[in-house]
Amino acid sequence: MTSKEIYERLEPIIINYLPEDVAPKEVNKSSDLTRELNINSAHLVDIVLDIEDVFNIEFKNEDMEQLRSIDDAILLIQQKISV
Amino acid sequence: MKSKEIIVQLPYSEPFLFVDEILTVSSESITGTYFFRNDAYFYKGHFINNPVTPGVILTECMAQIGLVCFGIFLLNEEHISENPGFALSNTEIDFYLPVFPDEKVKVVSEKIYFRFNKLKCKVKMLNANDEIVAQGTISGMLLKETKTK
Repeated sequence: MTSKEIYERLEPIIINYLPEDVAPKEVNKSSDLTRELNINSAHLVDIVLDIEDVFNIEFKNEDMEQLRSIDDAILLIQQKISV
Repeated sequence: MKSKEIIVQLPYSEPFLFVDEILTVSSESITGTYFFRNDAYFYKGHFINNPVTPGVILTECMAQIGLVCFGIFLLNEEHISENPGFALSNTEIDFYLPVFPDEKVKVVSEKIYFRFNKLKCKVKMLNANDEIVAQGTISGMLLKETKTK
């Protein structure tokens, strides 16, 4: 799966958890999930659980520590689906 | 882990401690009780001349037993001994019956998931007649490193 294809499936998941003060159009690949998109730590977990379902993969605690931006998420997803 | 050891680790005290005892606890669920004493501070104002336990206090009681006590137990099972911090992240509760002063309630909480330090539970509160007072879902984050201010 290309990073573009991953992003297309990832974007609606992220948008679903945006607080009202962040417009969906502000979301891009380099967006920092918590700092720029104002996603709280609890919703970050929800996003990861949704990613697990959509891409049929499993995240570990160490993966969470690496997850800051949408790019990080794409990289982690790519690593996991290629295994 | 014994129920008294859980209560000792709670980060609350009077007048905002809403746990008396933990009856049962396992990796899947927890049950605890609380008795609402008629001299609790909030009855003076909620409502005037008509004391009824506020819904936010019932929610707090459900969260303290169903999420915080449960979380202390679950973290202890993972052998994480540091004092955890807690942050409520979501509540969705329906209320069915009022709770008056001097009523004892029982809170039953079942784990939906506990992952990446987020604990989400299905929680219900029962009165002395085993009628459902409130039920819903509550979730929160367990913060292992308590960075103070």
